[in-house]
Amino acid sequence: MRIGKDLVAAAATPVVLGILADGESYGYAILQRVAELSGGELEWSDGMLYPLLHRLERLGHVESEWRHSSVGRPRKHYRLSAQGAAALAEQRKQWSIVGGVLDKVWPDGADGHRRPRLALGTE
Amino acid sequence: MTIEQGPGLDDLIASWREWMARRDVLSSADIDELESHLRDRIDGLAEAGLTEDEAFLIAVKRLGSIDALSHEYAAEHSERLWKQLVLHDAPGADGTDAPAAPIPFLRRANGLPVALALGVGAGLAVKVADLLIDDPAVVARNAAVLVLPFLAAWFAWRRRPPATAVWVVGGAFAVAAIALNAYPFLPGASTVMLAAAGSLLALWLMTGIVEARGAWRSDTARMDFLRFSGEWAVYYLLIALVGGALSALTIAVFASIQVDVVPFVEEWVLPCGAAGAVLVAAWLVGAKQRVIENIAPVLTKVFTPLFTLMMLALIVAAVLQWNLVDASRDLLIAFDLVLVVVVALLVYAISARDPALPPGWFDRLQVLMLASALVVDVIVLIAMIARTGEFGFTANKTASLLLNLILLANLAWAAWLQVGFVRRTVAFGRLERWQTGYLPIYLAWAAVILLVFPPVFGFA
Repeated sequence: MRIGKDLVAAAATPVVLGILADGESYGYAILQRVAELSGGELEWSDGMLYPLLHRLERLGHVESEWRHSSVGRPRKHYRLSAQGAAALAEQRKQWSIVGGVLDKVWPDGADGHRRPRLALGTE
Repeated sequence: MTIEQGPGLDDLIASWREWMARRDVLSSADIDELESHLRDRIDGLAEAGLTEDEAFLIAVKRLGSIDALSHEYAAEHSERLWKQLVLHDAPGADGTDAPAAPIPFLRRANGLPVALALGVGAGLAVKVADLLIDDPAVVARNAAVLVLPFLAAWFAWRRRPPATAVWVVGGAFAVAAIALNAYPFLPGASTVMLAAAGSLLALWLMTGIVEARGAWRSDTARMDFLRFSGEWAVYYLLIALVGGALSALTIAVFASIQVDVVPFVEEWVLPCGAAGAVLVAAWLVGAKQRVIENIAPVLTKVFTPLFTLMMLALIVAAVLQWNLVDASRDLLIAFDLVLVVVVALLVYAISARDPALPPGWFDRLQVLMLASALVVDVIVLIAMIARTGEFGFTANKTASLLLNLILLANLAWAAWLQVGFVRRTVAFGRLERWQTGYLPIYLAWAAVILLVFPPVFGFA
């Protein structure tokens, strides 16, 4: 199942911040981790991650540093800043509110056998 | 049967980098980061059993389309679409991870500390001379001798010319200083004005020898100095405009609290600022050389058509009125200025033209501009020579007549070459060489009005 573009874009920031909360990382490893966590369902073009990381850096949520990998390849590592941790906590609150609402709207889980409570008009 | 060896992975990545680098919005640091990602992805895919070529193709594909990608980068880095003058050259600012060797203080920001120090020196030189001599006219006359040595020093520091060049240029400054101050000029003499103007032009051109590292014969060095002069003039004017506005604002603000700063602005800010700006403008030309497009050729493109129209209108008006002959004696000086503008429009168009391009509409327009300038000038010359008996040969008039003839000769031959170029019988290089080859003649004219005119016209 493919997740819609807007939802991917909205989820990208908290997902990336959350992964960086586990420790510093670099672009390719972040994408691997996203694929691993979502079972390959949450995906976007590889390149798009980097402008996102740059934006987070400009906002002060992450800090970056060039290092060398074990094979001597230059790599830009990103680390969550204190401000980024606060932003992540805030995002987490917002997402749990949204998640809570969705849970109440769809109380029977994702299998689809449910009564549409939000339907407008008469049944 | 041998297997054809395709391009290696490094070659593939190199050509991919080249392709990415065409996007202005991607800095080389961004491409480094993407390359590092690409190589990780290729390694991952190769472990899964793909060949390098296949892995490369899939890895590039997974990066996403270059248009979408650069669009995303542009949304994040919109400032990169505007070229900026970067003053700080911190190590790593260019995106390389290798820490660059620290830049010595004097060399930072393209030598800004040195330029500022020399600018302060030039301002102080003018002010000290002013305090010592206490005659504004004498200080103004020595403007070139006081300020341009600092510009020459800046060039000497930047370009490290051979010692002979420095000595020759130093000698020229000494000769000019002696002529300007030792000649017994009569009060209110017009030869003083001419000598001061001559010293400005002559010493500016001599300073160019330092900039050219002494290679004054080289056409490319001369063309580079012409480019420098055009850009410098534009920056100097801009600085003067902003400086003037700032001074006016300062005066107004202080006047509102009943503090009169006009004497301070007139006696300190104006002379020191005007002298210091010479160095700041020179520094700016060097600092922005590769960052911002040259502005003089852009102005040339804008004003060549307008100026041509103006001259055509003038020809029509002169023929209809037929009274140029009765015009005032300042006419010749005004037309010298017209010809100077025409030469400048021509030279800066040449300075920015790609020699390989075939002649186009702009080159034809220049033929029209040159032709109309020649017609206008011939009308004026006939008028003036017809009335020489009445006006006589004063120093001013002789100098402007000489300049007029020099410029006329330049434009006449330039027009001939330009026609040949448009008809594709003359190579573009000859147009360029004609203009650069003409520089010594301007120098000679300036030297003559500085050194020869005052004694010949009895220092009057």
